[in-house]
Amino acid sequence: MGATTVNNLMLRKLFLSLLGLGWASAASADWAINMPRGITELSQETFDLHMMVFWWCVAIGVVVFGVMIYSLLKHRKSKGAEAAQFSHSTTAEVVWTIIPVIILLIMAVPAAETMIKLEDSRDPDLTVVVTGYQWKWHYKYQDQDIDYYSTLAMPSLKARFKDSGADVFDVDNYLLDVDRPLVVPKGKKVRLLLTANDVIHSWWVPDLAIKKDAIPGMVNETWFRALETGTFRGQCAELCGKDHGYMPIVVEVVEEDAFQAWLDTQSEGSAQLAQAEN
Amino acid sequence: MTTAVADAHDAHDEHHGPEKGIRRWLFTTNHKDIGTMYLVFSLIMFFVGGAMALVIRSELMQPGLQFVHPEFFNQMTTMHALIMVFGAVMPAFVGLANWMIPMMIGAPDMALPRMNNWSFWILPVAFGLLLATLFMPGGAPASGWTMYPPLVLQTGDAFPFLIFSVHLMGLSSIMGAINIIVTILNMRAPDMWLLKMPMFVWTWLITAYLLIAVMPVLAGAVTMLLTDQFFGTSFFLAAGGGDPVMFQHIFWFFGHPEVYIMILPAFGIVSEIIPTFSRKPLFGHDSMVYAASSIAFLSFIVWAHHMFTVGMPLSGQMFFMFATMLIAVPTGVKVFNWIATMWKGAMTFETPMLFSLGFVFLFTIGGLSGLMLAIAPADIQYHDSYFVVAHFHYVLVPGSIFSLMAAAYYWLPKWTGYMYNETAGKWHFWTSTFFVNLTFFPMHFLGLAGMPRRIPDYSTQFADFNFMASVGAIGFGLSQLIFVYVLLTAKKGEEASDRVWEAPKGLEWTVPSPAPYHTFDTPPVKRVHEEAFE
Amino acid sequence: MSHAQDKYYVPHGSHWPIVGSIGLLFLMLGVSTWLNGADFGFWVMMAGVAIMIFMLTGWFGTVINESEGGLYNPQVDKSFRMGMFWFIFSEVMFFAAFFGALFYARNMSVPWLGGESNNFFTNLLLWEGYEATWPTGGPGEVGGEFQTMGPLGLPLINTAILLTSSVTITIAHHALIAGKRGILSTFLALTFILGFIFVYMQAVEYVHAYQDLNLRLDSGIYGSTFFMLTGFHGMHVTIGAIMLTIIWLRVIRGHFTPDNHFAFEATAWYWHFVDAVWVGLYVFVYWM
Ligand code: HEA
Ligand code: HEA
Ligand code: CUA
Ligand SMILES: [Cu+2]
Repeated sequence: MGATTVNNLMLRKLFLSLLGLGWASAASADWAINMPRGITELSQETFDLHMMVFWWCVAIGVVVFGVMIYSLLKHRKSKGAEAAQFSHSTTAEVVWTIIPVIILLIMAVPAAETMIKLEDSRDPDLTVVVTGYQWKWHYKYQDQDIDYYSTLAMPSLKARFKDSGADVFDVDNYLLDVDRPLVVPKGKKVRLLLTANDVIHSWWVPDLAIKKDAIPGMVNETWFRALETGTFRGQCAELCGKDHGYMPIVVEVVEEDAFQAWLDTQSEGSAQLAQAEN
Repeated sequence: MTTAVADAHDAHDEHHGPEKGIRRWLFTTNHKDIGTMYLVFSLIMFFVGGAMALVIRSELMQPGLQFVHPEFFNQMTTMHALIMVFGAVMPAFVGLANWMIPMMIGAPDMALPRMNNWSFWILPVAFGLLLATLFMPGGAPASGWTMYPPLVLQTGDAFPFLIFSVHLMGLSSIMGAINIIVTILNMRAPDMWLLKMPMFVWTWLITAYLLIAVMPVLAGAVTMLLTDQFFGTSFFLAAGGGDPVMFQHIFWFFGHPEVYIMILPAFGIVSEIIPTFSRKPLFGHDSMVYAASSIAFLSFIVWAHHMFTVGMPLSGQMFFMFATMLIAVPTGVKVFNWIATMWKGAMTFETPMLFSLGFVFLFTIGGLSGLMLAIAPADIQYHDSYFVVAHFHYVLVPGSIFSLMAAAYYWLPKWTGYMYNETAGKWHFWTSTFFVNLTFFPMHFLGLAGMPRRIPDYSTQFADFNFMASVGAIGFGLSQLIFVYVLLTAKKGEEASDRVWEAPKGLEWTVPSPAPYHTFDTPPVKRVHEEAFE
Repeated sequence: MSHAQDKYYVPHGSHWPIVGSIGLLFLMLGVSTWLNGADFGFWVMMAGVAIMIFMLTGWFGTVINESEGGLYNPQVDKSFRMGMFWFIFSEVMFFAAFFGALFYARNMSVPWLGGESNNFFTNLLLWEGYEATWPTGGPGEVGGEFQTMGPLGLPLINTAILLTSSVTITIAHHALIAGKRGILSTFLALTFILGFIFVYMQAVEYVHAYQDLNLRLDSGIYGSTFFMLTGFHGMHVTIGAIMLTIIWLRVIRGHFTPDNHFAFEATAWYWHFVDAVWVGLYVFVYWM
């Protein structure tokens, strides 16, 4: 996408935003406006939970705003409305206390169920220790003797600075790409042990529905089981200083055998590196 | 008897009007003068904080870094929030309390007038110190308004200034709150029973209690930051047996009640305005009082809903999720009562009513997104994303700020004695409403699509909605200039009658417009009171 | 004078608040620059302290004159009482933050560092071998090894002192109501003397802690909570004792009557509050 296209795009968007949000989003239905369903059982459960609560909110909104708008239209002085003078009704108060409580219960039960599953990180197939640094991630495969840093990929890095002259629309996955992604096998339970070296960071990949703080001096646990292969992107989600916006996370989910192959190249690589250092 | 007493005694006998010149403002003990100073101060701070928001929005208008460096961006985010919360919204509510509470309950002034002056004059000192940090080595604080350690300990020379300015803001709020509580409990006209008090007075009573309960806790939290930084304590250092997360618990023990401090007086304001323009008494006055009290009570036991990702034990997450959800119930009672007040009324739509209606609509949207955030597993996705930013701006901007605008238009004729420019007021409302939605609605989508908050630059897929939000922010900012215009021309309109509106209830409408310098030197007698109140 | 009684006294403009704000400005500016390493900050801070003392004397002086001049009616008196009550409540909440830190450390963070609850890996990966105990300097043994101040000895004596002072001030209060000025001034004097003895003992205790026990402010979370809690408490005792002294001087001058003695009562309340905090401290900091 060249610079002129960008400008045209900007103009179009300016026009659209002035017309109002409804129009704008209808015009470009491809804009991501919702949470991804993700690629784990729990991410999909979380998504369903999110949609369930969302629709309840919409329903509540429709009823509440519906009544209000009706009243605004009908009970106006200019329509000759005379003000009634009632000022309380215990029945009404009881009803509109109890109904919300019921709605809340309907939401609370599945939420609690999902919560319990999210916390159950027992019996993993693979454990990775994730350490946050200002401003990069460090991954250590607990039992495989592999570890490496993961930092913002070169093309983004070059374009990110003020006056870099680059057009960020030309950079693939601008700010969402790293030099070395976290590689995990599909279908296996991966446990992450998160900690940080300096300040608090937070490891977030929306497609995995995981966000967990990496806290210096403490270790947090979380887990996921990816059901699809592919590349999934996320970012540090806790303000961690000036380059907080520049420490993305990339997870590559591969088939089991590809993972084994990757592991082999990695341990060779680390061995060679270790030799070179000695 | 010393001369001081003689002077004071004189003053008491004759009832001077205001003093001349600057002395009036520096030395005043008059609740109306102090209220005015609070309101003007908060308006200035709203513009300063808003200007910072515009820096944020300009940088975020397009992907790529155009205007500022990341470290400065973070300073803007931090200062924007601190200034809006502690400098704009809270003082504005205190200013309204100062102006209106004595007039609403028939008191001659605030209970502790000299302290009232001091609680105001601490604010310029606090914000002077805070704003000065922008020019210091290392810049202003950049750790977010939540000041989480260890990051906040990386602040440069600004660090102690940040801490002490927070102390001063706390001191000012506590003194202001004590004054308000004592005024309400001790200075009411003889037959103003507690449950007869106007809603604004009630919500402020509860708010003041919250303030006294939590501001000292914030003071304690930042004191621990200070000693961790300079005196080697280990409160927030795991190696020493502390825990960085402990700060978050203490902060949010303050922080969550704080957000209700910013909304309860707003509830009070719209509960005054909606009945007036519906020409109907407030529906369910007493249940409104109980609802506000429940909200206040619950606000103390929900704090860790800001911390669903810190790795709390499961039982903790469950507790805080359920407790948080419960708040929807009393808040719902409020919303339903407002609607029941409008129901079968005879509504007209002057500017204060418009802003109040906008409040009810848009606050409810913000409240519902709050409810979504309360669902812990889903919050793991929402947390620290623009969805949260959308939520809290919906409750704060078309929430708190709209209620303040409504209050300003509602009582302006009582303050100045003239009707404001209604056309301009309506323009102000409609442009604000349009642009506030354009600014903050797309942020929901950004958050859901995965954009974290507190970042100066973002991936290109977020470009469109950010662009909209930035256009909206500029539009919203410009709309506020209409308000300035209304204020500047406030004395050019027709003279306002004492009652101003067609059927307002409350003692403040029994005194002349503009309200004289001293009102209710003797408490209003029963007759007047009843006429005003029934 | 009687007509002043039936109206709520609203003072005319006062310059003390603005003096107070200037004092705070100097104070905060001074402390901040001093902490940042600028020596002149100290002097700015001292200027702030001086202005604050000037303000407090002036402001309270005015109030005392007005009170003695009979300008305050019972309603004003009630305002002051309520104001004092809520001020003390705010102080309670300030201490609550530090007590909260203590409870959090003892029941949460320290056990977690030792591997409890969902923190098995915290202990395993970062602090292997650390066993959660209390007192502790944390897994990093910040500040080195230390011994704690036992509950017996000095702290027990101090408890006795403060409790006694609570009794003496109550006796003084009853004497004031009964109009027995001699008993009043004696027991009031006794109270603040006990207060100052407490502060002195506390200072001795601190010296002992630093010199003999290696218990310091930077001795991990134990030292942090110990010194912050006892330190802030000690500060409050000092302020309370100064207040008592001033009240005593006013008694000597013949101030207060059986039914008009707000300042006395406010100070007494404050003293009881300081006392109650100590009991909490003694139980949770020294004992348990
Ligand atoms: C005025 C300020 C204000 C108000 C009133 C609220 C109100 C609420 N807030 Fe909000 N909140 C903030 C200001 C506010 N908040 C701020 C500033 C932050 C971010 C701080 C930061 O991190 O910087 C935040 C963050 C925040 C979070 C943390 C998000 C995160 O960081 O991950 C959560 C989570 O639970 C939350 C929840 C709620 C809830 C449940 C309410 C409820 O009180 C809402 C209740 C209202 C309704 C529900 C609507 C009306 C009700 C009905 C119509 C009845 C029917 C309804 C039902 C049956 C559901 N808020
Ligand atoms: C009451 C509180 C309050 C209010 C009123 C506002 C008002 C606004 N806020 Fe704020 N905001 C917060 C409280 C508030 N905010 C908090 C608590 C945070 C979290 C901070 C953190 O993460 O730590 C935050 C964060 C925050 C962010 C996220 C920053 C980030 O994560 O990096 C953004 C981004 O768009 C934003 C935007 C806005 C905008 C556009 C307004 C607008 O409504 C402002 C409108 C006002 C004006 C624009 C000023 C008036 C007009 C002018 C100045 C016109 C120009 C004048 C001339 C040319 C003469 N805010
Ligand atoms: Cu790391 Cu934000
Ligand atoms: Cu909250």
